[in-house]
Amino acid sequence: MKKILTLIFGSLLALVMLGGCSTQQTGKVSTDGSTSMEEVIGVLGEAFTAQNKGVTFTYNPTGSGSGITAVKEGRCDIGLSSRSLKKEEKEAGLTETVLAYDGIAVIVHPDNPVKDLTLKQIAAVYTGKIVNWKELQGKDAPIVLIGREAGSGTRDGFESITGTSNACKYRQELTSTGDVIAAVAANPDAIGYASLASVKKTVKALSVGGIVPSEASVKDGSYVVQRPFVLVTKSGSKLSPTAQKFFDYATSQAAVKLIAGAGVVAAK
Amino acid sequence: MKKKTQLIETVVHGLFLCLGLITVACVLLITVYLIVSGLLAIKEIGLKEFILGTKWASTAAEPSFGILPFILTSIYGTAGAMLIGLPVGFFTAVYLAKAAPAAVKKVIINLVSLLAGIPSVVYGLVGMLVLVPGIRTFFGVPDGAGLLAAIIVLSVMILPSVINVSVTALEAVPKEYEDASLALGATPTETYFRVSVPAAKSGIAAAVALGVGRGIGEAMAVMMVAGNAADMPSLFASVRFLTTAVAAEMAYSGGLQRQALFSIALVLFFFIMLSNAALNFFLKGSKRG
Repeated sequence: MKKILTLIFGSLLALVMLGGCSTQQTGKVSTDGSTSMEEVIGVLGEAFTAQNKGVTFTYNPTGSGSGITAVKEGRCDIGLSSRSLKKEEKEAGLTETVLAYDGIAVIVHPDNPVKDLTLKQIAAVYTGKIVNWKELQGKDAPIVLIGREAGSGTRDGFESITGTSNACKYRQELTSTGDVIAAVAANPDAIGYASLASVKKTVKALSVGGIVPSEASVKDGSYVVQRPFVLVTKSGSKLSPTAQKFFDYATSQAAVKLIAGAGVVAAK
Repeated sequence: MKKKTQLIETVVHGLFLCLGLITVACVLLITVYLIVSGLLAIKEIGLKEFILGTKWASTAAEPSFGILPFILTSIYGTAGAMLIGLPVGFFTAVYLAKAAPAAVKKVIINLVSLLAGIPSVVYGLVGMLVLVPGIRTFFGVPDGAGLLAAIIVLSVMILPSVINVSVTALEAVPKEYEDASLALGATPTETYFRVSVPAAKSGIAAAVALGVGRGIGEAMAVMMVAGNAADMPSLFASVRFLTTAVAAEMAYSGGLQRQALFSIALVLFFFIMLSNAALNFFLKGSKRG
């Protein structure tokens, strides 16, 4: 009798343990697209897999265009795009959800009298059409252009917004936001660009077309040197439960802090 | 008892052999990997266009991969650093090894070791915050970042290797040589430069090799002060070295661009092999003569 009881008790215990195991998820979330979103999506993916043990999270940095195509062809769960979807892409059955806004500040030395530039002026400066601060109501000094290395997400964003892709005549190409800020802070004639979140007091962020860059002006779209980070999904068809869970998590209030930590402004 | 000792000897020998082979394996692995992945892009771009091309635009719609500016910059930069760093390092070494009082020598040797221990990113940071603005105001150029700043940073960075190896070589000169020279009536200075230095020739050549190796292979510090524009080098212009060309773009690269970066690394590897081989040649020649 005792033996049987032990057996029953034992098997019950085993069942409970098995049950405990079976709540562990084994799903997969695959994302594909924008290289600029690497940091944001990396932070979110890490936090998500830490909370949901057993889930595999993949990110394939191929570029916005390839990411959008990948969703359309069903090769990934969520596509990542660092631009808004075009009309024809939406008509082709894709939905965009803005995850965050990437604001890029145009920075100069604090002693520089210039306070405001238009988008056109910025483009002219970076393509070498305007070479002296005098032409921008500054002092008579050559403009020193500082930017990021080829392939950097910030550079890609800045150049695509200002329409200067592959036409910029950089004097210095530095490999981190911090280096750009340090270089601009050290040269009164320098101009540079950096992610808005990392701009400090050592440099002055210019207003663009009269709009001062801030979290609010980036969010409402009035500050133009910015671009959305978009999650692309198929309209009509449902995500897998795990992918949906990640999607909900990424767009939840809990993710706002993580997104801000990656240097961009959360859309929520 | 004897058998046991022998066994231990054999085991220890085997162990040492294994550890030695790890190094050999690493060198072989890196070499083979570099050659295999480096040749892909060279094949696609064409060796002549790659080595002699003057335009580098790796992410343009129609990319071009010419690395002549990087090659020239690396050569000029290292040569410039040797031009400044070698005399300073060499005379410091002679002073330390032969003329300096013991207390002074101890302090300076310690400081030189400290200099060797400073991480290259710190050199870069100091260069960026002090040297670059300094060059800008001193020479009245729009921006101080460029070849000159890189040369100055590199020349400081090679000092420890040049000094340490030269001092060791000079101290290894048998005292009898110097005693004989002094006994024949030569002054101490004559003795140092006519007897000690020629006797330590091969060690000093090794110091030069180390300096060149350090200079041509440094990436981090140079990346922060050289400006990194892919233009043909001149003293005040923004320049990109072979090392920085690889380091700057590797993180985000893909496709042919990434393969081309491996090819640059292969060229860099080739340059370092070349400088080592040349030095070996000179060293052997000096021994024979």
